[in-house]
Amino acid sequence: MAETRTVARTGVRRTPTTYVLRFVVAAYLFLLVAWPVSLVVVHTFEDGFTSLEGILSDPDVVTALWLTVRVAVIAVVINTVFGVGMSLLLVRQEFPGKRLLSALIDLPLSVSPIVVGLALVLVYGGRNGWLGPTLESAGFRVIFSTPGIVMATAFVALPLVIREVVPVLHEIGTEQEQAARSLGASSAQTFRRITLPAIKWAVVYGVVLSLARSLGEFGAVKVVSGNVLGQTRTATLMVEEKYLNFDQQGAYATAFLLAMVSVACIVIVAIIRPKEERR
Amino acid sequence: MSIEISGVSKSFGDFDALRDVDLTIPSGGLTALLGPSGGGKSTLLRIIAGLETADAGRVLIEGRDATELPAQKRNVGFVFQHYAAFKHMTVAKNVAFGLEIRKRPKDEIRRKVAELLELVHLDQFAHRLPAQLSGGQRQRMALARALAIEPSVLLLDEPFGALDAKVRKELRDWLRRLHDEVHVTTVFVTHDQEEALEVADEIVVINQGRIEQVGTPDQLYDAPANDFVMGFLGDVTRLGGRPIRPHDIEVHTTPVGEDPAEVHAGEVARLTRVGFEVRLLVLTVEGEETQVVLTRAEARAAGIDVGSRVWLRPHRGATTVSAVRAV
Repeated sequence: MAETRTVARTGVRRTPTTYVLRFVVAAYLFLLVAWPVSLVVVHTFEDGFTSLEGILSDPDVVTALWLTVRVAVIAVVINTVFGVGMSLLLVRQEFPGKRLLSALIDLPLSVSPIVVGLALVLVYGGRNGWLGPTLESAGFRVIFSTPGIVMATAFVALPLVIREVVPVLHEIGTEQEQAARSLGASSAQTFRRITLPAIKWAVVYGVVLSLARSLGEFGAVKVVSGNVLGQTRTATLMVEEKYLNFDQQGAYATAFLLAMVSVACIVIVAIIRPKEERR
Repeated sequence: MSIEISGVSKSFGDFDALRDVDLTIPSGGLTALLGPSGGGKSTLLRIIAGLETADAGRVLIEGRDATELPAQKRNVGFVFQHYAAFKHMTVAKNVAFGLEIRKRPKDEIRRKVAELLELVHLDQFAHRLPAQLSGGQRQRMALARALAIEPSVLLLDEPFGALDAKVRKELRDWLRRLHDEVHVTTVFVTHDQEEALEVADEIVVINQGRIEQVGTPDQLYDAPANDFVMGFLGDVTRLGGRPIRPHDIEVHTTPVGEDPAEVHAGEVARLTRVGFEVRLLVLTVEGEETQVVLTRAEARAAGIDVGSRVWLRPHRGATTVSAVRAV
């Protein structure tokens, strides 16, 4: 027994321990992820393509899907621009309160999305919000409208780009940027020609993660959207609605579409990402 | 005068990197800033380049006040210790970078890049990425890139520090030859005294944020201004209480000399052979431990071994500290 253990630790020979460990990992992933998700696929295609065709011909579902896509794209664009800027600020600049800011950026990951939604209502709510009534009297509605959904989505996906880009910025260091400056490049030229290409894959990864997260956001959106059919009902809200109304086929088909978009994004990036950039 | 530095000070927190430094670097020369790590030499170089700002003082480059100029307007070529290669660009693109920023015509850029790559012997690597080059090749690429902008001064920060000993020696010779060809005013930082002595026209010794001495390699080696410079430029031991280089001591196996004050008797306490050298540690009757370096042939001819009785005397023309030493 003592002998087999030593071999297992060096990893040269496969011992019973290796197989037990593999089995545990595989079982864990299967029970928690693979099986449930595959059942969504199975349910979707139980009657062939009828349920998919069914939801795609339902104008309310199509509206909801388009709203989700539009919101997700806007939120991702905002988070990408803001995320890259924040990353540069956090890595390349020194200022008081930097650690606090860095901690704050992680907040959206640790706070429940439903809290995010409620917090947004407190500030932007049309009736009792802190800023909402002022904006509303100026003709700009936030809560129960698209801007509110975009804000909630952007909030929950906020750290994803930053957390991808910051380590890469640390790793590439400042020498290439300094070299570019000494060769006559302005800050904008240095960013575009040196920094951006160096962090390109981190940004792409952050964008994909943000997109997947934004497409699937439910809790915060549920609070701020008002869930008005055909207006502010997003795809995830539609899934819940259909599920609660015993339209299980419709719910699974919509869920399948949402999951597919996210999976497709991640798979595409994994394929096109050049091998030498993988770490 | 190509670079004039007056009254430059710089501190990082409570650490004074440079204290009121004045220095003039002549045009067309190859100048070494030599000193121990943390002595301020890299900081001075980065201040000349505009990559760091001085707390006080002025920097003039070719007569123009550059103190307030940002790095990109100084027209200074800078070479980093770790190459700072643009990893996502080919070698040719790296070299072309400064010219593209300056919006030179495409033909001119192509011609110039080809010329420079030939100069640094990288013409067959033009389409490779920096990751596919060795360290020495990357540093030559970085040099070509810096030269492409026809800089008024070329600054190199420990350019060979990250390379192994053999490549370092090759590149050093090559830099000297390159400079003889290109004649651009060049300043390089090093902590390797051999590198400075071998390559530079002029050496500036910097220690603890101050300039200890400025001079040609011969001046510094033969007439160091103080104990620090003497110690930094080569091995130093003591004979009769005075600093002296271990190879500037004559070893005799019989009593010699007319002037007994010059001769110190002793016994060989330790003997180490390193290649062609024999290093002796002699314990003199005055109780001093003196190091002496002989060639192997000299040691063998004189039959010197551990326990041998020897008489030591400084060579005529031995290096001594020129200025009056503080006691």
